[in-house]
Amino acid sequence: MMETRTDWGRREPPLEGSNFELYGWFFMRISGLLLVLLAVTHMFIMHVFNDTLNLDYEFVAARWDTPYWRTFDWLLLTLSLLHGTNGVRVVLHDNISDLSIRKLALGALYSTSLVFFILGTYVIVAFVRQA
Amino acid sequence: MDIELKILRYDPENDRKGHWEFYKVEADPDERILDLLHKVKWFEDGTLSFRRSCAHGVCGSDAMVINGENMLACQVLVKEVSNPIKIEPVRGLPVVKDLIVDMEPFMDSYKKVMPYLINDKDPGDRERLQSQEDVEKFEDTTKCILCAACTTSCPVFWTADSYIGPAAIVNAHRFVFDSRDEGSKQRLEILKDVNGAFRCRTAFNCTSACPKGIQVTKAIEDVKRETLLNN
Repeated sequence: MMETRTDWGRREPPLEGSNFELYGWFFMRISGLLLVLLAVTHMFIMHVFNDTLNLDYEFVAARWDTPYWRTFDWLLLTLSLLHGTNGVRVVLHDNISDLSIRKLALGALYSTSLVFFILGTYVIVAFVRQA
Repeated sequence: MDIELKILRYDPENDRKGHWEFYKVEADPDERILDLLHKVKWFEDGTLSFRRSCAHGVCGSDAMVINGENMLACQVLVKEVSNPIKIEPVRGLPVVKDLIVDMEPFMDSYKKVMPYLINDKDPGDRERLQSQEDVEKFEDTTKCILCAACTTSCPVFWTADSYIGPAAIVNAHRFVFDSRDEGSKQRLEILKDVNGAFRCRTAFNCTSACPKGIQVTKAIEDVKRETLLNN
């Protein structure tokens, strides 16, 4: 009996690719869900249960006496920065076809995000209540 | 009824860019857009160039932009679109002449996903059997006729021609979810690349453009999930 050929047009299997886009896509979904929870909680505390007009140094300092609220604020900062940066990265990739201009724009985006992240983290971690 | 046609023409030998030309044709409301193009080509202006082969929505040769939307000229009736009718070549692929575009970049992406059954196991004297449920997983994507209406309606493809495009992902889906196939891992490896399935921004243009009614965006999302779960 003639042997059946099943390898028509077979190509070399591709090399192991990077998982960056896959995890980036998944991260957007998870961080998006978490951000809805965090941001809604934040909004209720700052704008519904309290009036923004009454928010002062004392209010923030009292919140940050507990590591819980510091962690909450840091999570909100980090997730929104990462989520937003990745979103803008995707927009820049889609809309700037010139590679050198794209690199420049991406560089500006990453450095701005990094500065905000360092500043925000520094404030949250190093904050000491003044009497 | 009198129909006014506005066609974006391009002659590579004389034009630097495309220009509009206007034609008036007599047509029945039940005639197809393709019939109008035939009337122009056969009786008014023989230089008008466009592709068509079966003329019955099967071969996928005559995808074009009709009144701003990607359609098959042989599948749309005069009464279904507003008059005057504006016809352009599909976007995102290089125009060769008039309504004819270079399909090579599209076909290259298609070939990348290995659109054929991969299975080295000898089935013996029997067929490779499948349950009805198994077939249903990929039945929708078997309807693809490679007309490129989806890929050339995709805003990501317009700006980033390195994007593999919805049609290639649809054809990968057809085999990735086929229980007889064993090449899924290789296909998903290609599709998780920066220009693969994750480049899709779920604009849904592809789904509304598909003349065969394939749920293209859903198929792309299926592929993304499969890549995540079976990576």
